[in-house]
Amino acid sequence: MLAFIVRRMIQAAIVLLTVALIAFVMFRFVGDPVNQIVGIETTAADRAEMRETLGLNDPVIIQFGRFVGRMARFDFGMSYQFRQPVSELFAERLPATLELAVISMVLAVGVGIPMGVFSALYRDSLSAKLMQVLSLVGISLPTFLIGILLIYVFSVQLGWLPSYGRGETVTIGGWSTGLLTGSGLLALIMPSVTLGLFQMTLIMRLVRAEMMEVLRTDYIKFAHARGLPDRVVHFGHALKNTLVPVITVVGLELGSVIAFAIITETVFQWPGMGLLFLQAVQNADIPIMAGYLMLIGVLFVIINLAVDLLYAAVDPRIKTTASAG
Amino acid sequence: MKKVLLTCCAALLLSLGNSYAKTLRLAYQGDLKSLDPYSVSETFALSMAGASYEGLVRRGENFAMEPALAESWEIIDPKHWRFHLRKGVTFHNGAPFTADDVLFSAERVRADGSDLKYRIPKEAEFIKIDDHTVDVMLPEANPILHYQWAGWYIMSKSWAEEHDAATPSPANADTPSYAALHENGTGPFMVESHQPGVKTVWKPFAAWWDKPKHNLDEVVLTTVSSDPTRVAALLSGQVDWIAPVPEQDIERINASGNAQVLQSPDLRTMYLGFDQVSDTLKYANVEGKNPFKDARVRRAVYQAIDIDGIIAKILRGAATPAALMIAPQLVNQTEEFKRFPYDPEMSKKLLAKAGYPDGFQVQLDCSNDRYPNDERVCQAVVGMLGRVGIKTTLNAQPKAKYFAKILSSGGYDTSFFMLGWSPAVLDSVDLFTNVLGCRDDKGNGGTMNVGGYCNPKIEELREQIRVETDKEKRDALIRQAWQISMVEDVAYAPLYQGGLAWGVAKNVHVKQRADGDIVFQTATID
Repeated sequence: MLAFIVRRMIQAAIVLLTVALIAFVMFRFVGDPVNQIVGIETTAADRAEMRETLGLNDPVIIQFGRFVGRMARFDFGMSYQFRQPVSELFAERLPATLELAVISMVLAVGVGIPMGVFSALYRDSLSAKLMQVLSLVGISLPTFLIGILLIYVFSVQLGWLPSYGRGETVTIGGWSTGLLTGSGLLALIMPSVTLGLFQMTLIMRLVRAEMMEVLRTDYIKFAHARGLPDRVVHFGHALKNTLVPVITVVGLELGSVIAFAIITETVFQWPGMGLLFLQAVQNADIPIMAGYLMLIGVLFVIINLAVDLLYAAVDPRIKTTASAG
Repeated sequence: MKKVLLTCCAALLLSLGNSYAKTLRLAYQGDLKSLDPYSVSETFALSMAGASYEGLVRRGENFAMEPALAESWEIIDPKHWRFHLRKGVTFHNGAPFTADDVLFSAERVRADGSDLKYRIPKEAEFIKIDDHTVDVMLPEANPILHYQWAGWYIMSKSWAEEHDAATPSPANADTPSYAALHENGTGPFMVESHQPGVKTVWKPFAAWWDKPKHNLDEVVLTTVSSDPTRVAALLSGQVDWIAPVPEQDIERINASGNAQVLQSPDLRTMYLGFDQVSDTLKYANVEGKNPFKDARVRRAVYQAIDIDGIIAKILRGAATPAALMIAPQLVNQTEEFKRFPYDPEMSKKLLAKAGYPDGFQVQLDCSNDRYPNDERVCQAVVGMLGRVGIKTTLNAQPKAKYFAKILSSGGYDTSFFMLGWSPAVLDSVDLFTNVLGCRDDKGNGGTMNVGGYCNPKIEELREQIRVETDKEKRDALIRQAWQISMVEDVAYAPLYQGGLAWGVAKNVHVKQRADGDIVFQTATID
């Protein structure tokens, strides 16, 4: 097991170095940061001086070395736009994104699994068919459209929910949370539904397919034959055996929910990491973009590792292949 | 159902809670990046700083110069100005405002890292006569010295030095600047909290020297960058004031009954520019030639553009055609300048006379996220030019890439481009310096003269305008320079004055200024 973890750590380091290289190369092409920092009236001499002090005139390899060295120390530099350390900005914005991502995943799992089980058990019923249709909508509608539709209905027409922002937040030990105030909870409803809808339908469809597979197996028939109550057979035996792929998907999807909350955050002006990143892209704020990519890279590596370990714990058969690979 | 009811009640309670204190909630498209009034020369940042900070002078309604921190001023001789400072003014931290602060601010605004260096001539010398009198000695006469000082805000010397903010922080600094996150001005509002890119809250400054024109208890600014969300926030009553309003939502907001759109032409002129320097036009099919060096070709482009069509169809009427490179309200007697009429036949004739009877190919560079509808206007231009034989391909890019390509940092790498410009000085001399003044390859001289237009007569006139103190003579010189550059030379093809569109709740009263400044210090709520 230890060898497995060590090997994964080495792989992770290589992955992150590659991410760093791609990030670095990519950012040389997003536009001139100097134009973003200064106003339009700044003279050519001032611009040249700024390029020099920012180290943009150094050889590429030196710039890359400097970049990796700083990244390794989680020093992402100063934001060009805000003149604040990027790590501070991240610390400010991370709680918003994590809360949103976790709540949407809880929503997706909490609603998706029961729906999946239901539509597998009663697959010919009208409501199961309705769920199938709805899940298609959830999978095919783009996130921003769902968000705008929700805003139109619940904010503009009905006036029930706030259309943007996090509401009032409470800060506990450096972590700002919207979960403890009324307006914070209200503000969380639409973004988390928007963000979690795709994952919810994905999980529902996955659980449904797996359940239908499992329900056909001999041991389920045997369990029924033993006279066990339906509830025990369905949830104790069948559902448990569908969970291996669901765990993988949930793990990976948690990563992508955090990483791709960008669109939801933009539509709802949710002051999280994704919004920060998008604004950074528009303004060629390279330190934020680089830091964000690195952070997301780290996040994915950690989640993948955790999922692999969890996988091995849930299904003993996988252990041997995992340690061999 | 219970849940829905609960949500309803909560929302109701929230809206009730808001109606007691007079809070103005403002949602703007972009971020308020820094509170330091010298760090970004950008309309929005400066207008927000203007709530907390004040200059020696200020612009009243219709841009009239008004005394602010300077009670009065006199021109002792053209190179020697005297400013009498207002007595009894205090900064938000309680420190008194004196001549030392003016001298300090004059240094700081010209220090490294400042983006507003151009606001004061480099050689101008500030001399303290007594605590409330400051003399300014100039190397040459400058009748419009104070024109850009309404946006040069006075900072407190003792406060800045105490917090290690004696210079504006350069972008590469490794410690955050105190002045970027805090303010200490003399103005009507104090910043209560500031979270960059998220939310800023102001409270009125009770000890302000002037009589407040607002009746607000609090102002909250949030960034809402997505257009539909910003409009929804206004329509659902979550914010009172949004800027800007996308053209397609103007009617919807006006029809909603709880908000309305304020519209007026702004000071930014959009225009097409031409590479007039290269011997062979780049991104084109004219080997060894540059058609844009010929004023007839430039005029052909100009007359091929159906500006009324663009304004009606793309901008939904929210703009006015431009005949000059500067907003008409900033030049006296502009009515004598008219656009060349839209006339494709004339364009074809002009092209034929210039030796291009079959037209030519060229690439138009354009931004797609800088100005309202920029890409769509460019697409329309491409279509209109196609009709007179100039086959144009469009290269529309995000502003970060666009400016890096076409401005000095990219070596002015463009043949044909669209840009917008609003003069910071609110005077034609700004244009004759930055946009129509000769430049070298590095951009020394007219930094924003992307096409490299250069006419010695304009240079000569500009130097005369700069030092001419007689208003009538000066206006005559300005008109002469416009006649040469825009009528005879067709240095650019001006398009339109953009339009401002703000969405404001019915119970909120704000004044819309043509320079686009968001001035909440004069807003009132019923």
